[in-house]
Amino acid sequence: MNAEPPKDRFQSPQEDSGPSYLRAGHTLRSWLLTTDHKRIAILYLFAISFFFLVGAIAAALIRLDLLTPAGDLLTNDGYNRAFSLHGIIMVWFFLIPSIPNTFGNFLIPLMIGARDLAFPRLNLLSWYIYVVAGLVTLYVVLGGGVDTGWTFYTPLSSVYANGAVVAAILAVFISGFSSILTGLNFIVTIHKLRAPGMTWGRLPLFCWSHYATSIIFVLATPVLAITLLLVAAERLIGIGVFDPDLGGDPLLFQHLFWFYSHPAVYIMVLPALGVISELITCAAHKRIFGYWFVAYASIAIAVIGFFVWGHHMFVSGQSFYASAVFSFLSIAVAVPSAIKVYNWTATLYKGDVELSAPLLYALGFIGLFVAGGLTGLMVAMLAIDVHVHDTYFVVAHFHYIMVGGTVTAFFGAMHYWWPKITGRMYNENLARASAIIILVGFNITFFPLFVMGYEGMPRRYHVYPEQFQVLQVIASSGSALLALGYLLPVFYLGWSLFRGERATANPWGATGLEWTTSSPPPKHNFVEQPVVVRGPYDYPLAHPASRDNG
Amino acid sequence: MSGFFPWQPAASAYGRQIDLLAAAFGTMVWLLAIPVFVLMAVFAWRYRRTREVNRQNRPNGNVWVEASWSVIPFLMILVFYVWATSLYLDLRQPPEDAVTIDVVAKQWMWKFQHPEGAREINDLHVPVGTPIKLVMTSQDVIHSLYLPALRIKQDVVPGRYSTLWFTADRAGAYPLRCAEFCGADHSVMGGKLIVMEAADFAAWQAAHNGNGALSAAERGARLYRTSGCAGCHDRTQEGLAPALSDIFGRQVVLADGSRTRADEQYLRDAIMLPNKQVVAGFRGIMPSYAASFSAEEVADLVAFLKSAPSADGRIAQP
Repeated sequence: MNAEPPKDRFQSPQEDSGPSYLRAGHTLRSWLLTTDHKRIAILYLFAISFFFLVGAIAAALIRLDLLTPAGDLLTNDGYNRAFSLHGIIMVWFFLIPSIPNTFGNFLIPLMIGARDLAFPRLNLLSWYIYVVAGLVTLYVVLGGGVDTGWTFYTPLSSVYANGAVVAAILAVFISGFSSILTGLNFIVTIHKLRAPGMTWGRLPLFCWSHYATSIIFVLATPVLAITLLLVAAERLIGIGVFDPDLGGDPLLFQHLFWFYSHPAVYIMVLPALGVISELITCAAHKRIFGYWFVAYASIAIAVIGFFVWGHHMFVSGQSFYASAVFSFLSIAVAVPSAIKVYNWTATLYKGDVELSAPLLYALGFIGLFVAGGLTGLMVAMLAIDVHVHDTYFVVAHFHYIMVGGTVTAFFGAMHYWWPKITGRMYNENLARASAIIILVGFNITFFPLFVMGYEGMPRRYHVYPEQFQVLQVIASSGSALLALGYLLPVFYLGWSLFRGERATANPWGATGLEWTTSSPPPKHNFVEQPVVVRGPYDYPLAHPASRDNG
Repeated sequence: MSGFFPWQPAASAYGRQIDLLAAAFGTMVWLLAIPVFVLMAVFAWRYRRTREVNRQNRPNGNVWVEASWSVIPFLMILVFYVWATSLYLDLRQPPEDAVTIDVVAKQWMWKFQHPEGAREINDLHVPVGTPIKLVMTSQDVIHSLYLPALRIKQDVVPGRYSTLWFTADRAGAYPLRCAEFCGADHSVMGGKLIVMEAADFAAWQAAHNGNGALSAAERGARLYRTSGCAGCHDRTQEGLAPALSDIFGRQVVLADGSRTRADEQYLRDAIMLPNKQVVAGFRGIMPSYAASFSAEEVADLVAFLKSAPSADGRIAQP
């Protein structure tokens, strides 16, 4: 491999480092009371994977039910509870914590040369808060469910719904504290614990994107918490904040809810963008094109993302001028996203590209993210949104971003950092196959939804017109393929844990600080405090004398 | 292919403009996306590790390149922004001569009230080529009236009046759906929009108005009388309550000095939440009728107040 990073990138190369974090204690207690950010990341990985499974089962129920126009599998109410739980679990218990709380937790200290996060015990506390919130959610699942949709629109949620609304609200409310504490921890860590020489200009883009994400965590989550408390108070004691019969305003809820929940979309996707930046630059063995543009694009997305919430309300009855301004700002937020996509493409140019599984996941991500982003522009257009709002078109759009984007990036990150986390290599051919199966299965599942949506198929319909059955069946069969693509890694990654080839410290020939320590890393990450003397993506020029003769 | 793309041609000129806009924007979306997809694939393959190619002079960034590929697509999209926003503005401005139909949504049905008296549930009959303005409110949760064949929808919110207008220009029956999740039977809350030729519509209307049905304004007048509204509002000399003749559309001066236009929303609030906007010169003594009147009865009262002004400040009684 001729693309090893230059030896002088780090002034203190790591020597033999003692037992890995995985072997530093074998008891259950040593895991459940750990303050090691890497172990907490593993704890999160288990908890989050469990909820991904629960949310996926709800999705499978939905897709099976939609095989027939009359929805023969579930009752009306059962269908509503299935999609409500699917949304609540996937958004708050998978998408939002997925990349930050696992990979962010594991990697940020390693990437900036720190021994741990700034507040290790707070980090453990946020995991426990997440688990408590998860238990309340399980209570909701087992207690019959909730029938409000994940958006909890009032007055349906505050007066009319008959499911376990307050328990579901409580679960989301509690999980918010986990988000806030994690965000605080990341911000302080990135500010205060960078290794000597790790300037902001040498910060990996993964850390930049998590920094931007953390700002949203800290600023937006409290708004959601207060909003949900008000819904619970209205439901329990009848205060008149949202209920028009008591002098409240139902649209106030939507403003408050989307003030959090639109930025929350960027909580879901910004960490994914950070992952892809790392994957692309490493697979290309080349410095990322326009480092500062990519870094500042993350901050710009986080900031502008706070000013676009009204684009969820174009048909709600808000004023024309509000809609026109929100539409404009929604278009503006696409610019920093587009910058990233173009820069990733330009990074591949004249690269030394290794067609690895992480790269395939990254390319799949970019394709789906572009499709999701551009259709997002379509729904930001006022007159188009009036037609496709609350239809499958919107469902397709946000699944391209959240599933095609965030979940694909999560799997890409899993493959890229798996050797670092576990110290084992996996079967590369199976990994490439899973990346391709996911890409194909995803498109078969969700592309038909664009067509149905434009034809007027509303979302959240248990019974639907027969004209849509062919497309529904195609979508459902695609989801089976998608499920296969998601299950395959469980087997070959699980197998690699026991039989996989031992990974070297730096199997990809990458340049990040996390690759200078052993795989898996020792308990305290680095034997000696690393000192950084170069930028994060300084790859040497491979094949220096080669000419293009083809 | 009709099973795959049972594309319904739009049943209004407005709807066809939406289709044109969406098709044009969709084309641009592909034009912006395809170069990215192609270049990604080409670069990944051409510069793959095992291949000997020229990798000299690798660029690491260029402000002008970055600026151009951010600004140029943005400007292209701005053109569509102006186009889409102006269409949206049209949708917000119903013509003066539009026929007003009152709509009340409730779990899980649509109730329509024609100005001449005909009432119907879930199905809505309208004449072809006539501008129709729907004035909508909800009795319980938020619903959303969606007419896919016209490419329009509008949320129907309890405690508020929202409007939607259209001119259907192709006779036929089109789906009418609820688009905002509204509870257990959300997916079956719908009916048909039936667009009829003028003669057919006249016949339909005659058949449905004929059997002694009162118009909305007539029902409102009866309610006005039986609920005792006249007791205060027709005795304006004593300064007990403001006169209501010719109230609709008038500027009203409120106790806090601000002005507002007496539209459907104002009149509804004056009945349901009377202390929200007290008229200047009067005390806020009117009780709330929120518990007494249904959303439909309020709509009837508003229709009456719109319809029957008289010169002497007293309101015309039928």
